[in-house]
Amino acid sequence: MSNPVKSLKAQKSQLGESAFQLKVLNDKELLGGNVPLFRDKLEDINLFPLKPTKLEIFQINVGKMCNQVCKHCHVDAGPDRKEIMTRETMQQCVDIIAKYKFTTLDLTGGAPEMNNNFRWFIEEIRKVDTDIKIIVRCNLTIILANPKYHDLPDFFKKNNIEVVSSLPATSASRTDSQRGDGVFEDSIKALQMLNAVGYGMEGTGLNLNLVYNPAGAFLPAGQAGLEKEFKRVLKSKFNIEFNSLFAITNIPISRYLDYLLVSGNYAAYMEKLVAAYNPVAASNVMCRNTLSIGWDGYLYDCDFNQMLELKVAAKAKHISEFDYDELSNRSIIVNQHCYGCTAGAGSSCGGEVA
Amino acid sequence: MKTYYNPDDLSKFGKIGEFGGQDLAKKFFDYYGETFKDGALTEREKSLIALAVAHTMQCPYCIDAYTADTLAKGCTEDEMMEAVHVSAAMAAGVKLVHSVQMINKAKELMM
Repeated sequence: MSNPVKSLKAQKSQLGESAFQLKVLNDKELLGGNVPLFRDKLEDINLFPLKPTKLEIFQINVGKMCNQVCKHCHVDAGPDRKEIMTRETMQQCVDIIAKYKFTTLDLTGGAPEMNNNFRWFIEEIRKVDTDIKIIVRCNLTIILANPKYHDLPDFFKKNNIEVVSSLPATSASRTDSQRGDGVFEDSIKALQMLNAVGYGMEGTGLNLNLVYNPAGAFLPAGQAGLEKEFKRVLKSKFNIEFNSLFAITNIPISRYLDYLLVSGNYAAYMEKLVAAYNPVAASNVMCRNTLSIGWDGYLYDCDFNQMLELKVAAKAKHISEFDYDELSNRSIIVNQHCYGCTAGAGSSCGGEVA
Repeated sequence: MKTYYNPDDLSKFGKIGEFGGQDLAKKFFDYYGETFKDGALTEREKSLIALAVAHTMQCPYCIDAYTADTLAKGCTEDEMMEAVHVSAAMAAGVKLVHSVQMINKAKELMM
């Protein structure tokens, strides 16, 4: 299967619609009736309704536009997606960050750097909160995509940004099979540029973390073993260093769901997720300390619920009407895709959770 | 179509104790789990050995399981195929080394 050139939405695929994805996820016939309801699994361990522990991570999706069209993308991002956060919505986010103490601001997309207000946004956040950890989920190739992005490593360094980047394999063939032709080569160059300004290098305090998403219909192995192997290969072959590797399970929604269905792997993958269900991971899922904000300012429990258009179960559903206490006591919306975060050692934007 | 091997049976492996010998099954799975943990060899290296053995034993369940496991552990296609070649080369070697016995016997019988 070659990489798509257009998003599912641009192809007018049914799977580009969140309602259809939810219908597929809850279609028992597709699974031979073998998948219990995720909410029942939570009930078994007295976790339903799932409640937040503490709001610590403010994760903002600043837009769906991206220079890549990855086969597994849960955002269905790509160059044809025009949904981009406005400066007005960003200002509302800055005001909330100034008012409440979050430990982490996690910027994602699309390629977040493609939002024209990206740099302004980071500088404004730094003005109101010098301590907050700011993560940018950088796809690496954006740094080389256009001369106007070549100085991103310096910009990240100047603003004390933690860079988190996807690299599903240490080989070009497997990386490109997931992320598109030539992505591995450009990712390697971008990692070397980040290393050159100090990212991932011992003693600099500039964190460069990699994300491993399986390039196929299988679950990730243990994070520690993968990190060791990635460090060995990237250092010996490309003289690249990084801090940590986060192993993340692919969530069966959007383009990854499309891939599973088209390749005939859907039922087996869901069975693997259910068989690997780990109650310890369930109690540590990231939606319990994270709030996700969409490009249009609406609030969600996580980036996956955002893509499924499952807004928070609260009266105040928009950043403009942010209600900290109500959000801290809301019930988190769960559905069958949540099995992706509770399989094995669990999965979050920061890797394993159990 | 009915076959002797059913892919769905792989997921039932962990339940063999239900039929009897539960203590033995538990001891086996504990041993199995411990064996594949990081030690002098990494989990990744052990998985590649298991993939080679799966081919030697010609076990379809094990081939499915350790193909997925080696992929999950980040093994490359080249590494996986080389492991299978080790299995094939060993199998061929095992056959060919027995030709020494054939040669010895033939020499004994021939004029």
